[in-house]
Amino acid sequence: MPTPEAFDPLPWLILLPLAWATAAFALGPGRGARLAIAGLAAQLALALILAGQVLAGGARAHAVGGWGAPLGIDLMVDGLAALMLLMTAVVALPIAIYARGYFRARPKGGEWFWPLAGFLVAALDALFLAADLFNLYVTLELLGLAAVGLTAAAGDRAAVAAGLRYLLATLLGSGAYLLGVALLYGAHGSVSLTVLAPAVAADPAPAAALALALVVAGMALKTALFPFHFWLPPAHGGAASPVSALLSALVIKASFYLLLRLWLDLFAPLVSVSAAQLLGLLGAGAILWGSALALVQTRLKMLVAYSTVAQIGYLFLLFPLATGVSATAAEAAVQGGVMQALSHALAKAAMFAAAGGMIVAVGRDDIARLGGIAGRVPLTLFTFGLAGVTLMGLPPSGGFSAKWLLLMAALESGQWWWVVVMVVGGLLAAAYVFKVLRQAFPPAEPGDLVHRVPRAMEWSGFALAVGGILLGLFGAGPLALLAV
Amino acid sequence: MPPEPVSLMIPDAWLPPLVVLSSFLPGIAIFFLNEARVRLRVTLNLAGALAKLALIGVMLWGVMHEHEYVFRHAVLPGVELVLKADALALLFVSLSAVLWLFTTLYAIGYLENAPNRSRFFGFFSVCVTATVGVAMAGNLFTFFLFYELLTLSTYPLVVHRGTPQAMRAGHLYLGYTLAGGALLLVGTIWLYGLAGQVDFVPGGSLAALPAETAGQLRLVFALLIAGVGVKAALVPLHGWLPQAMVAPAPVSALLHAVAVVKAGAFGIVRVVYEVYGIEFAQSLDLLTPLAVVAAITIIWGSLRALSQDDLKKRLAYSTVSQVSYIALGVALFGPVGTIGGVVHLVHQGIMKITLFFCAGNFAETLGLHKVSELDGVGRRMPWSAAAFTIGAFGMIGAPPTAGFISKWYLGLGALEAHMPWVLAVLAVSTLLNAAYFLPILHRLWFRPAPASWPHEHIPARAGWETSRLLLLPPVATAAATLAVGVFAASSLSPLDWAKLIAAREYLRWVP
Repeated sequence: MPTPEAFDPLPWLILLPLAWATAAFALGPGRGARLAIAGLAAQLALALILAGQVLAGGARAHAVGGWGAPLGIDLMVDGLAALMLLMTAVVALPIAIYARGYFRARPKGGEWFWPLAGFLVAALDALFLAADLFNLYVTLELLGLAAVGLTAAAGDRAAVAAGLRYLLATLLGSGAYLLGVALLYGAHGSVSLTVLAPAVAADPAPAAALALALVVAGMALKTALFPFHFWLPPAHGGAASPVSALLSALVIKASFYLLLRLWLDLFAPLVSVSAAQLLGLLGAGAILWGSALALVQTRLKMLVAYSTVAQIGYLFLLFPLATGVSATAAEAAVQGGVMQALSHALAKAAMFAAAGGMIVAVGRDDIARLGGIAGRVPLTLFTFGLAGVTLMGLPPSGGFSAKWLLLMAALESGQWWWVVVMVVGGLLAAAYVFKVLRQAFPPAEPGDLVHRVPRAMEWSGFALAVGGILLGLFGAGPLALLAV
Repeated sequence: MPPEPVSLMIPDAWLPPLVVLSSFLPGIAIFFLNEARVRLRVTLNLAGALAKLALIGVMLWGVMHEHEYVFRHAVLPGVELVLKADALALLFVSLSAVLWLFTTLYAIGYLENAPNRSRFFGFFSVCVTATVGVAMAGNLFTFFLFYELLTLSTYPLVVHRGTPQAMRAGHLYLGYTLAGGALLLVGTIWLYGLAGQVDFVPGGSLAALPAETAGQLRLVFALLIAGVGVKAALVPLHGWLPQAMVAPAPVSALLHAVAVVKAGAFGIVRVVYEVYGIEFAQSLDLLTPLAVVAAITIIWGSLRALSQDDLKKRLAYSTVSQVSYIALGVALFGPVGTIGGVVHLVHQGIMKITLFFCAGNFAETLGLHKVSELDGVGRRMPWSAAAFTIGAFGMIGAPPTAGFISKWYLGLGALEAHMPWVLAVLAVSTLLNAAYFLPILHRLWFRPAPASWPHEHIPARAGWETSRLLLLPPVATAAATLAVGVFAASSLSPLDWAKLIAAREYLRWVP
């Protein structure tokens, strides 16, 4: 526990991105890149300091402005929240460096990228730190609006259509969530997690079960769990590459985080094995259907977007593997699920960065015409391959550690059917990753120009991909933080 | 108190990771090298290869003087990355490191002026990194990690030329090996669930598990063996190997002798001896099925080799057959069979790399790819043809070559294990080996040469039948094929090391 005089990074994690986002907005269209990069570097330092504090001193709350609940707003941080904050900073900083190069090469849709990205990061961090259900709702809405804004920023017909579809999904999702919160408030008279959890555990009102169903449905929609994934591929596949990276790597993790948190804590007395199995079943559907559709895509970014649909499925396998099983299996399942969230964040950001790099290099988004990439921009191709290693769940990578833990949980709890799903999913992932890689090896067709990609773009994506690999070798640290 | 190791400054635990890094770091550096930096690339390659050999030399010395080289790093709770240089690891590591040096020299000569050499040598180094990792893996998790890294790093080498045929072969290779890897993963995790993390130790460590897990352990064994059996090319999991011969000759050498099939065969050795333990495996009735699969593979590979006119394809089917000698030796219950199987791991590598180097020389020098084109090559390329002849006699098992030693111990081991039918398998296989190698030798030496060669890329110059870097490696490995046979009784031979390993695996065994 830090002394009162000690510097507390908690509020600054939210205020800092808000500050540079506002400044970038004031500077005007396309400005503010350097400000954002500096801000995000500071953000990474703050997140690291906070993680160190949590690791040493345990979970804690922070009363904003010294007011405290129920009058003021409480922020709360534990190991999981600290990990998510770290994930946000680690992904956002390289993506900002990448975006600066990307929007120079392809300015379309980049006019308001910096302010919107700042609001997005602020909303994410606020959500991870929220201590009550209503703050979670507010941050969820802010996050959704920033994300929709980024999606539609290109302003053409397809982008606006994808943005509107996304808007509909995100509003519907947070609407369902708000309804659930209202029911809980009506039954127990509070929105604070610390007050509600014991109340629900002591006397679960019938309304609480309905609230659970609403929250789960809302978050499934916002996380694009199969079959509610309809909005994700056009939004993630159509946006500018840095935006796709932020959306796929970070934004969907926010709603997953919310669901995980409530499932393990507030709703723990209510959740049933059959509900968990249903979520797992949808997750399995996501893995198989998302991978199969990724395999038949002809556009590179759509392939990567469908890969996200598939990878979300692994996150939801956490629920059947952690519900109604032995403590060791449940622990491994939660560790595996969180590890999957972290490694997918790094790998998918890297993969979208690499896809954007390839598109800049060949000037179009077509898997069949990637010839010459291996010769001209090998680092970008290598980035794609390394990110692919994580997504396939091959060692050594964070994706492999995640899969190992989830498989361990499945075998430990005797649920072998999830083993089959995960193994098949890994092979399908290999199929779609190598579908891209093999197209990049032959030489370019005559008449096709392959351009160089700015160095900052290549290396920032590469750093993210290497991060996904290192997470596999040094996963014990993050898991120690998770245990706090 | 053991004497101080030669390496005064380096802690023992760091040596195994240093062996891994000695090819990984140069490999990474090579990736980022400009194509034109030939000299620097060659320097990096050779420096890595020589540094690796020096480190292994230190460890060989140390293991003889009772030093322990174990490196541990916790990757996840209860899951450690363990690199360990024990007797078995050093056998494989020495083989890979020595043959890698030869293959590197050969590849430098082979790829002279070819495009994308930085990429090639980069993945080439990662591939050897994975192989030494497989060799020194101290538990199944670590083994799996490097086993999959091997898959990923060989794929770009197989498809290196980018032709449709190469892409198809690469596709097949990936399909087989990734599916095999998935089986291996499930088996490994299942075993971790049953027994926790088990290190590879002589004699195995599963015998203490309760008797009711026997059924599960049999299933896990099947998963693990199927997983490593894909790379070891056990029939019916061998389909990728003959197709992969479209890769450049140094890659074939890597696939067939140094790395890939060896990693599979080595996996069988580790699983049987150091996870289950040979006696426990015997008590679960796991050895006879393995021997039967190996026997079928030996005969089937030889039969298919007979009808191949493409020289490299014939050699590939020969590998399918020969690698299963290792599995067969492992499955023979008794130390003599173990010696035969383990020593063949080394012997097959030396012999098969010679044959592939020579096949590459015929193709690169004269444009000859088919067996039917080899008439009279012995007069034009006497050194390569002589090396090929030694390799072929080794494969047939004629004394005094390395292959004879392997077969001798396998035969004795079969008698010791009371499996006389194995002798019949060995006899039939020997006849088949002769049937597909002797016609090649006949063509090389006794048929008249054609008036002109199809594509004479490299003219004979100043007494050299082909370029020096292509000629010296096969001549050296052919000499080694003879040397390990002739000097098998010396204390530095692979046979002696295999005897040491066998002695450690049968701690409680009384003949």
